[in-house]
Amino acid sequence: MAEAHAHDDHGHDHSHDHAHGPDKGIMRWIKTTNHKDLGTLYLWFSATMFIIGGLMSLAIRAELWQPGMQYFDPELFNQFTTMHALVMIFGGVMPGFVGLANWMVPMTIGASDLALPRVNNWGFWILPFAFTLLLSTFFLPGGAPAGGWTIYPPLVLQTGNSFPLLVFAIHLMGISSITGAINVVVTILNMRAPGMTLLKMPLFAWSWLITAYLLIAVMPVLAGAVTMLLTDKYFGTSFFNAAGGGDPVMFEHIFWFFGHPEVYILILPSFGIISTIIPTFARKPLFGYASMVYAMGSIAFLSFIVWAHHMFTVGIPLAGELFFMFSTMLIAVPTGVKVFNWVATMWQGSMTYETPMLFAVAFVFLFSIGGFSGLMLALAPVDFQYHNTYFVVAHFHYVLVPGAVFGIIAAVYYWIPKWTGVMYNETLGKVHFWWSVIWINVTFFPQHFVGLAGMPRRIPDYAVQFTDFNQISTIGAFLFFIGQFVFFYNILRCALWRTGMKPATARVWEGAYGLEWTVPSPAPYHTFEDPPHVTDAESPWAH
Amino acid sequence: MPNLSPRVNLVLRSIVAALLGLGTFVARAADTMENAYWNMPKGVTEISHRVWWLHMYAFWICVVIGVLVFGVMFYSLFAHRRSKHPVPATFHESTTVEIAWTIAPFIILIAMAVPAAGTLIKMYDTRNADLTIKITGYQWKWQYEYVDQGVSFFSTLESKANAARQLHSGIDPKTVPNYLHDADNYLILPVGKKVRFLLTSDDVIHGWWVPDLAVKKDAIPGYINEMWAKIDEPGTYRGQCTVLCGRDHGFMPIVVKAVSEPEYEQWLAQQKGANAAPAPAAAATPAATEVAGAEPAPIPAASAPAAAPAADAAKPAAAAAPAKLGHDELVKNGEKIYASTCAACHQATGQGMKPAFPALVGSAVVAGPVDGHITQILKGKNAMPPFGPQLSDADVAAVATYERNSWGNHSGDVQPAQVAALRGK
Amino acid sequence: MSEEATGRKGARRGSWKLAVVVLFMFGFGFALVPLYGAICQLTGLNGKSSSMLVSSDVKERVDSNRTVKVQFLTTVNGGQVWSFSADQAQVEVHPGKLYTVYFDAKNQQDKDVIGQAVPSVAPWNAAKHLHKTECFCFSQQPFKAGEAKHMPVRFMLDPELPADVDTVTLSYTFFDVTELAQQNAPKSSTPQQTISPKS
Repeated sequence: MAEAHAHDDHGHDHSHDHAHGPDKGIMRWIKTTNHKDLGTLYLWFSATMFIIGGLMSLAIRAELWQPGMQYFDPELFNQFTTMHALVMIFGGVMPGFVGLANWMVPMTIGASDLALPRVNNWGFWILPFAFTLLLSTFFLPGGAPAGGWTIYPPLVLQTGNSFPLLVFAIHLMGISSITGAINVVVTILNMRAPGMTLLKMPLFAWSWLITAYLLIAVMPVLAGAVTMLLTDKYFGTSFFNAAGGGDPVMFEHIFWFFGHPEVYILILPSFGIISTIIPTFARKPLFGYASMVYAMGSIAFLSFIVWAHHMFTVGIPLAGELFFMFSTMLIAVPTGVKVFNWVATMWQGSMTYETPMLFAVAFVFLFSIGGFSGLMLALAPVDFQYHNTYFVVAHFHYVLVPGAVFGIIAAVYYWIPKWTGVMYNETLGKVHFWWSVIWINVTFFPQHFVGLAGMPRRIPDYAVQFTDFNQISTIGAFLFFIGQFVFFYNILRCALWRTGMKPATARVWEGAYGLEWTVPSPAPYHTFEDPPHVTDAESPWAH
Repeated sequence: MPNLSPRVNLVLRSIVAALLGLGTFVARAADTMENAYWNMPKGVTEISHRVWWLHMYAFWICVVIGVLVFGVMFYSLFAHRRSKHPVPATFHESTTVEIAWTIAPFIILIAMAVPAAGTLIKMYDTRNADLTIKITGYQWKWQYEYVDQGVSFFSTLESKANAARQLHSGIDPKTVPNYLHDADNYLILPVGKKVRFLLTSDDVIHGWWVPDLAVKKDAIPGYINEMWAKIDEPGTYRGQCTVLCGRDHGFMPIVVKAVSEPEYEQWLAQQKGANAAPAPAAAATPAATEVAGAEPAPIPAASAPAAAPAADAAKPAAAAAPAKLGHDELVKNGEKIYASTCAACHQATGQGMKPAFPALVGSAVVAGPVDGHITQILKGKNAMPPFGPQLSDADVAAVATYERNSWGNHSGDVQPAQVAALRGK
Repeated sequence: MSEEATGRKGARRGSWKLAVVVLFMFGFGFALVPLYGAICQLTGLNGKSSSMLVSSDVKERVDSNRTVKVQFLTTVNGGQVWSFSADQAQVEVHPGKLYTVYFDAKNQQDKDVIGQAVPSVAPWNAAKHLHKTECFCFSQQPFKAGEAKHMPVRFMLDPELPADVDTVTLSYTFFDVTELAQQNAPKSSTPQQTISPKS
């Protein structure tokens, strides 16, 4: 998204091997260890995966346009649902956030780069291989994995040739995420500019610090789980095979011990982004900075003790069921605090509604709808009725699309003038916003109804009475998808076809605070080679 | 979408009513919701009523919180925009306020947790059950066993729906009654009796759900799960498998028919009677379907102990020598069984679907010796499950005959006696 | 040394520490296996617990005032390798008394197979009060082609069985482990306690 800064404004030579600006041509991108280049690569990769995953979701929605099987064999449909989830989670949202972390974590804490630049390069370049491997399974005899992204045995062990590739791809994605996470943690802990205490640190960096710890804690557990699946299938172990003394339910426990923190990995960076954007456009410091940090910490902690709420129907003893119900409900408290703080930040501000702010406001509203349905799902006895229905599909798409994805979009609009040095087209931005916010609700709101009415998830065909809502949902999905090309066009113009576009100032947004705004736009290829002086003016949240 | 607009209209009106959130509007919306087809069904058990109440209770709490919080937010978005409120305030913390809005949610949560816990405890109380049903999930059908009675049968997708749901079938699902929610055999239960369900699975994890009974649990191979329901009203209640279980996960309907106790007893007696009689299964089939749509599940002769072994009960009787059947009758029956049992994989055209499901046209098995053909149907091979437990001797004979005389195959007829001879070998 | 260089050095040290955490968590994933086993054992979660094991604590203390119904369920996993059934579908028992019931299994195939019966108990809180001194589920059962076995299970419900349990369901699922047994060659399942399993 930014290729312009081919010169070093500071001109200092710290005898780093990268001190003289980027190489030319393709080798620049292959060899780069620059956090801005890698951030850009991550973001393009993420955008590609969003399109691929989005096309799969359109295939799913097309088949669900009406009852009966029109286009795909049920097995292929299952491959689409499985791969849609894997691609969107591990290829779209996570690399999107890592890209933002690459770009913005060093710039917001006044570091010159991430602490481990080469590791950063490897971490990124693993991903194209991992996803080529994963997506190539569509062309194997027997097709792609079709057992759902939750890869429950024994079903997933029925997967054919694609199974070892799936496991290998997950291992690669895990390695990529873990290296990225380690990099973020050590950068934040060791590379902050002098005077930048942890409690002066911008919330985006805070949210990523917590996310990175979660990644380090749970990605290895997933790696362990898929390794056990692999040995169960090929090497005669019986971790999850009842016949050999194992237990398929144990896989679900291990998976969700990873899976629930993973859910917060997908949303916490968005919390950080929204907490950055709202104060800027309200022209008022974030309300309750410290409680925001504590709330994220509590959410991260709670995420380790709520996993079994994904498994209320597997037959957990009453005491366990009650424990997981109560612990899950507790998450509403810190989440509520965050929403209240955002609203309090808006209160008596002086707000304008540029595109990033519009997405941020939509985030607060629509993410909360996902939060409400989450609270309803937490009630175990009622969850028996919701579990594995479209009500759940609606719930997690509300927290992931207007939640995680809107967070990424808002961040791109917010920081792209800093990355490219030009303002995106505001009119197109507003068109993109209103188009997206309307059709995303048309897509997912009816899924609440159809789920309550009894439609299970992951089915390629459905009873006739569910037709109406599915048709509304399909219309919404296609229109939402098309609208995203307005966004791609807008950012492509900023990144590649800049002529005639309005140049951005260093501060970009009138109400913006933070170190990233003290460097020129576009940001030079190397920033903060000399650590900046941190003034209180750039962290108004901390007095 | 011909009849969409009135329904959408209703939905929109209800949302508007909900958002107004006060007084008579709420009451009216609540009234609508009770019978709305787009809301959770209230169901026909005491538990399902409690669950429905909890669902609505949690929903209205969320609505009230949402109206308050977003009321404030939208007011602020409007009133504190720069053109109206050019100078922003500078406050950015208030310990009092923050403590207040940490504690307030706690109180609301407790108000939700208490009734939820009460209902959950009731759901877990499986004591004093009047009868026990063992439910076994298969890829992709259900088996029901009346544990105390020795009655057992399979339940699969009803054949019309099965034909319509094939890729490019050309059959409009709207013309099929209860499309995907109808089965060949229903689970017949008495009303007013506490029924305990024991769930397990033969292969992968399945999920058994009937919304009207508010029961849903996973069926896990090697393990048993239990739950219960006491149905208050006679009627037919439909659901389907809820855990992704492979290719035909979407085609595993569950149909429960609740009948009065005398009717249930009569049905049960008929099942046992049909089972005990040495009549060939083919003859018994049509007779029993009239009662309740359930096929008789033969148990071994009446001399077996009263509590007939469950596994044996699943096995069709092969005791008496079955009558010889004519070619036309075999083909006619075989075509029906093929449509409901075999066509999903081998296709109605017999062309199969490569590479997983081989074609039967010109197949070596179908053209080859009768014994090999029968054995494969009975015992399965690779991805093909054994159909021995599910099909009677007459059924196997019919379907084999149909396959051997269709799509250009001509390899002769198969008689039930030949099947009986091979069963158990 | 400049601040930045110090920072990078600290970062490198920090990343090795975090790499150790990663390895630890990878191990923790596997450690969840025995941990889960222990929790199941302790609580009867998933109906496992002592039903998997030979019990030594079998002193009879008959509570003849209390009668509990014990149901037996039999399942054959993945088709009809065996016919498998309990002689009695259910029995009424007094807690604290040993009973013997019989199960019949017959290999329906014309080749040798090895079976493993997996027990499961419902309700979950009864699992740890069901003790067995003899069970075909303690070890793998080889069947010759067409072979039939008449297999005893000797069990007792201990008097501490929670008062609210009136029915205990004991389910056995027979799995064909011929391939698994060949892969893992002579690995004998070792029961924890004294009495040797009958095979």
